[in-house]
Amino acid sequence: MAAIYDNQNIRWNMSIDKQDVQKIAHLARLALTEADADQYQLSLSSVLSLVEEMQSVNTDGVEPLSNPLEMTQRLREDVVTEENRRDAFLANAPQTEAGLFLVPKVID
Amino acid sequence: MFEQSISTLAQKLRNKDISSVELTRLFLARIAKLDPQLNSFITVSEQRALEQAAAADALLQSGKGTSLTGIPVAHKDLFCTEGTLTTCGSRMLNNFIPPYESTVTSRIQQAGAVMLGKTNMDEFAMGSSNENSFYGAVKNPWNLDMVPGGSSGGSAAAVAAGLAVAATGTDTGGSIRQPASFCGITGLKPTYGRVSRFGMIAYASSLDQGGPMAKSAEDCAHLMQAMAGFDEKDSTSADKPADDYLANLNTPLTGLKIGLPKEYFGEGLDPQVADVIMAAVKEFEKLGATVKEISLPNLQLSIPSYYVIAPSEASSNLSRFDGVRFGHRCDDPKDLLDMYMRSRAEGFGTEVQKRIMIGTYALSEGYYDAYYLKAQKIRRLIKEDFVKALEEVDVIMGPVAPTTAFGLGSKTSDPVAMYLEDIYTLSVNLAGIPAMSIPAGFADGMPVGLQVMGNYFAEAKLLNVAHQYQQHTDWHLQTPTMAKGA
Repeated sequence: MAAIYDNQNIRWNMSIDKQDVQKIAHLARLALTEADADQYQLSLSSVLSLVEEMQSVNTDGVEPLSNPLEMTQRLREDVVTEENRRDAFLANAPQTEAGLFLVPKVID
Repeated sequence: MFEQSISTLAQKLRNKDISSVELTRLFLARIAKLDPQLNSFITVSEQRALEQAAAADALLQSGKGTSLTGIPVAHKDLFCTEGTLTTCGSRMLNNFIPPYESTVTSRIQQAGAVMLGKTNMDEFAMGSSNENSFYGAVKNPWNLDMVPGGSSGGSAAAVAAGLAVAATGTDTGGSIRQPASFCGITGLKPTYGRVSRFGMIAYASSLDQGGPMAKSAEDCAHLMQAMAGFDEKDSTSADKPADDYLANLNTPLTGLKIGLPKEYFGEGLDPQVADVIMAAVKEFEKLGATVKEISLPNLQLSIPSYYVIAPSEASSNLSRFDGVRFGHRCDDPKDLLDMYMRSRAEGFGTEVQKRIMIGTYALSEGYYDAYYLKAQKIRRLIKEDFVKALEEVDVIMGPVAPTTAFGLGSKTSDPVAMYLEDIYTLSVNLAGIPAMSIPAGFADGMPVGLQVMGNYFAEAKLLNVAHQYQQHTDWHLQTPTMAKGA
């Protein structure tokens, strides 16, 4: 990955290469063709250059804000509140057997 | 009949001038006739609508019900509706029949409204033009060559064309306000946590918020009466009673302090849009408001901050689509990894994959601090700008978008051009405050929306401000020509 600071335009030019794209796609579990990877290399680089503007801002001493209302997580009693609706939930699954979700064989 | 307000229709239903079944049939006929031009609906739930209408008529017969009883509405196809296809605009969910109902649609149903169907949207609410839908682009009823805005473009087009009395939308970075502006309707993004997110398919959980889209502020207030309020099932729901949104609509605006942020009127704003906004502000002065210039200095940073935070949260939220429990699964997977990778690549469109990858990158080892944490620190600066400004003024006004609706296909080739369109709306979501878009005029025949932003939980104030404006102007009563033919 290469970050090039362009003094004339006062903005960062972030470019990522095709290998980076394939690595990110693998982490995100997305199968990309060669042609897809070319496209995403361009579009991801554009977006990363756009967001690079953040790096010029001084945020020393600023606390990150994760919830706009700064609420804390509400807790509840650890009791069963839902009824068993196994059949309803299985109805949307691509493949099921004996009341279970079916996936390709994992262990031989 | 299709142009009438919820209050008028509710009165007619109560007086038996019309039945809910008749009203519902009227709207279903309009959808059948006009929607082939617009593509604003993904699913029309005719049977469910007629059953609900019959139930509403029975309730009205016994003198019961609310102002929404028997009123035909539409829901963005991101709210889970039990037994009715819910696609989120994606191929990934093209066969998903939710086994449960979202809190928003459930409350609107309990209030007696009739669900006509589910509206088109940008896939997983990612987009500002509705061109990212697997089910095809939506057209703007004011000009069929233009986009309706997004991501709640189907809801906006349907209401503008009179295919539903009102609709629901969601707003993560402007997705209620911008399409409302482009289609000439009224839309409200409530305070973060005011409306339950339970059963809303998540895009960016710390920004997502559902809200009403309708012809007028008064109609929006009727929907908010049903939608808003604490919900145990949403862990970020605000534990605070909802206001009475109808009670203060008629409060005079004498002494209202309006702030105009100078950053909203700078370079990039179409001069014709600026003229419409300034004319609207003058109208408020006539109603007794005072105006002062304010500053939101970090506005420009809302774009980079948003385009790190939203994709990061999306990459996490959308990991649930793995081809195991619901959604699309590829043919003949050779192993589990192949199944994940191909199911997701086939199920998600380009924009969604792009945002998942940006988020994955921003959250990956070695980059988290430089991207996600940095974006959250900037988010606090943006919030503090609003908090400070709202100590001096009651509401903040400005444009919703730099231009009116743009042409279909005109911004799809440049990967960031569309992102820059969101400059006036993103900061509101980052701060979590409520904001509205209200019709304020036209530029070159296309509607222009005025944005009104307020303090946390000031929805009733915003609705009051918008309603007073609408008592003195008729921009919200304009109807596109294509809607008059049926």
